[in-house]
Amino acid sequence: MNFPILSTLIFLPLISSFFIFLSKDKTNNYSSIYISLFSSIATFLLSLFLWYSLDVKTSEFQFVEEKSWINNFIKFKLGIDGISILFIVLTTFITPICIVSCINSIKTRVKEFLIAILILETFMIGVFCSLDLVIFYLFFEAGLIPMFLIIGVWGGPRRVYSAFKFFLFTLLGSVLMLVAIIMIYWLTGTTDITQIYEITIPKEYQNILWLAFLSSFAVKMPMWPVHTWLPDAHVEAPTAGSVILAAILLKMAGYGFLRFSIPMFPIASEFFTPLIFTLSIIAIIYTSLVALMQDDMKKLIAYSSVAHMGYVTLGIFTLTKQGIEGSIYQMISHGLISAALFLCVGVVYDRLHSRMISAYGGLVNYLPKYSFLFLVFALAALGLPGTSGFLGEFLVLTGTFQKSYLAAMLATFGVILGAAYMLWMTKRVIFGTVNNSDIKNLKDINKSEILMLATLAFFVIFFGFYPLPLMETFNVSVNSLIDNYQIALNGN
Amino acid sequence: MINNLDIMLPEIFLSLSIFTILMAGVFIKKSFNIIFNFSSIIIITTIAIILSSSHNEIKIFSDSFTRDAFSNYFKVLILLSSLFVLNSSKNFIVENKLDKFEYPIIILLSILGMFFMVSANDLILFYLGLELQSLSLYILASIDRDNLRSTESGIKYFVLSALSSGLLLYGCSLLYGFTGSTNFDYISDQLTKENTGAVFAMVFILVGLAFKVSAVPFHMWTPDVYEGAPTSITSYFAVVPKVAGLALLIKFMFIPFSNILLEWQTIIIFISIASMILGAVAAMVQKNFKRLLAYSSIGHIGYALAGVATGAISGYQSAIVYISIYVVMNIGAFSCLYLLKKDGQYKENISDLSGISKKHPLLAISFLIILFSLAGVPPLGGFFAKFYVFVAVLEKEMYTLAIIGLLTTVMSAFYYLKIIKTIYFDDNIITFDTGKNKNAQASVFASCTILLTFFLYPSILNNLVISLFSN
Repeated sequence: MNFPILSTLIFLPLISSFFIFLSKDKTNNYSSIYISLFSSIATFLLSLFLWYSLDVKTSEFQFVEEKSWINNFIKFKLGIDGISILFIVLTTFITPICIVSCINSIKTRVKEFLIAILILETFMIGVFCSLDLVIFYLFFEAGLIPMFLIIGVWGGPRRVYSAFKFFLFTLLGSVLMLVAIIMIYWLTGTTDITQIYEITIPKEYQNILWLAFLSSFAVKMPMWPVHTWLPDAHVEAPTAGSVILAAILLKMAGYGFLRFSIPMFPIASEFFTPLIFTLSIIAIIYTSLVALMQDDMKKLIAYSSVAHMGYVTLGIFTLTKQGIEGSIYQMISHGLISAALFLCVGVVYDRLHSRMISAYGGLVNYLPKYSFLFLVFALAALGLPGTSGFLGEFLVLTGTFQKSYLAAMLATFGVILGAAYMLWMTKRVIFGTVNNSDIKNLKDINKSEILMLATLAFFVIFFGFYPLPLMETFNVSVNSLIDNYQIALNGN
Repeated sequence: MINNLDIMLPEIFLSLSIFTILMAGVFIKKSFNIIFNFSSIIIITTIAIILSSSHNEIKIFSDSFTRDAFSNYFKVLILLSSLFVLNSSKNFIVENKLDKFEYPIIILLSILGMFFMVSANDLILFYLGLELQSLSLYILASIDRDNLRSTESGIKYFVLSALSSGLLLYGCSLLYGFTGSTNFDYISDQLTKENTGAVFAMVFILVGLAFKVSAVPFHMWTPDVYEGAPTSITSYFAVVPKVAGLALLIKFMFIPFSNILLEWQTIIIFISIASMILGAVAAMVQKNFKRLLAYSSIGHIGYALAGVATGAISGYQSAIVYISIYVVMNIGAFSCLYLLKKDGQYKENISDLSGISKKHPLLAISFLIILFSLAGVPPLGGFFAKFYVFVAVLEKEMYTLAIIGLLTTVMSAFYYLKIIKTIYFDDNIITFDTGKNKNAQASVFASCTILLTFFLYPSILNNLVISLFSN
């Protein structure tokens, strides 16, 4: 394969953002919107083509591109396998939806917003494609700049505080990862992860390096107790920002665990499993309880995201086939569901300019289509069988039972709490009595909103009933991940 | 001896041209424009002379003057940055009535001093170069002589700088006394750990040099001088003498002090950590942009010194890469200041930047690129500068230094973000007249382009710097 298809995929949004920058429209922003829609859909189709042509029967990295970058030191190396392709498709799928959503919700500086979204897309795809630690770090960190601006410029009243908190928390976590990356270079003589996989990193260094990587991924994930930036960032970010944050940025950390922490530091991963289990269980129970008490819809969904990410870390570190597959499934499905829920909140926020649960009630009487879709996503979020949310949690819990009964029991308790806060919110927002006279004048969702939400609903239900396309894609890669892990453990 | 003159051709050409334009300036009336343009031409010609000469190492005049790739690199860097600083500040100079013909001539004289500093292989020559540079800088700091703050900053700089020069000279004389020579190579052979007097001398010399690059705890003059001096001078102070000072520091570590590595390493590590922390903490509360840049430059020197502190060639290389990228960032930052003009007044408070992204999107984007680069966020140029330094630091397993350095990066990100917040998140107050200053715009554009596209070919600069130490 000579054509650099991954580079094309990465840089297509960046190049189109440059065209938007050059485009001139004074009154409306149609040309910017069309360029960005066109390019993001083209990126999506390209990523679908990649998925289609990816050979899922092997765990080798495919479409590998390698260029000399910094002489004798770092190579610009890209490649994908069965795990990363799903995250790439998720990214390219969510981005056009965000662009559609901003037609309704973003009123000022639309052009700049679209540029920021597309640049962010470039960095996000880059994270999932890179096969070199430094390149990974570069894309991982670079995403902070557009996200900082998205929260800060288009966000709500406390946007400055949230944007700063988001940026500084993430940066603080990441710099330790940078130290670890450079240390790995001096220990192994390379930053190319396919080569590092072959080399066993000395035992005495593994723990400290693993912790340095954790500091970055734990903030990004976010794991308890460093999750506090997430509710703030979500509440203040504009709808499209929340969607990207929840659907994709959080997944980078889970992907990082799978791609870096476990294969590179198997001994440390084994050693720290109890720590991760504890933190995950606390995240699941504690943030579910916190979510129960929220008055703000976005905050509630943000806390529920933390809880859901708790299942992901739990599943990854069971290091069983079911656990890891469940985590990946949970990440993809949470990407769809949380995106949809934030879009749902965005839809009513655009109309009533309030995110408070108390401001709503009885929406089903006036916005029937909206209420139906909202209900679908709420049920999917609590893991109702038949939606994609169920399968992920189910597999994670199956995996956990093999490792620790106690952890599995406690995590199952979290499922009940999840149902509690989701159903209670649905009851107060969709059903119940009308609290606010303005609700009577609300219009039901328009065509572009139906398009976004119905697409998401379709996939949430489709993958709930028919998980095979996803499972087949990452199956072989997950198997080889676990095999290599077992070999590395037994080897020592 | 006459055969050796072509080795010094850049210096000779520079000094002869300075005398010529000095005379021309005296006899031609209203000569600022002519002299200014001639200075630019002289700078460009000198660059051409240096580039066309050979880069092999040659020592002349009883080994007191070296010409090698190292000194040539720094000379070109000094010339290029002076060229950009001068030209971007031209409108500012004219509008603030600083357009005396001496202005560019004194800058050229200081460049001449720096040439001798980076080429010196002898204590006497080095000190003469340093003093020529410092004297020119004293005058520059107080060039706006009717302005109270400019003269104040000039005096402050003079008193403190003279003190540090005294310490430096004392160190030099001690070094001569204990080693018996002023020649760097000879000193290097004589200097051992047992030679306590010479180690003592090394401390004095380090103090003097730390003052010149404004590293903590010898930084006190920096914020006041940066704020008090006219912006065009500040931008020169922030960029060019720093380059020369760092070159000198590396040279001292590399040649005369190479045998007492452990002794000076501790000092440099302390200076580096202190500079990084002070630069990060003190800048947080600043309201004046120039003052903020002063503290930020203290912090940046701390990072460059972290590279020097490794005592390894890879560390010196990373420090050189750092200072080169630092130059690009600071020229960009100061050129942005020249665009903040409102009704003939140049604004320099951070609050004046409030909401400029609405009226001046291009200027705001330039600020964004430069500030994120100063903060060291990838994929901008500033990240690579820090990256190379930390790679070198971790190679020597100096974990404390690396981790403190990276934590201060996060702290300093805070105040850069505060400026970005002012630019992007706050409401618009002032509309500036940015259109007319083409020179400053050009250098902002050049700086941003370099910082943005650096990640495409990061090895160009790296290879160049590696080649400096190839022999």
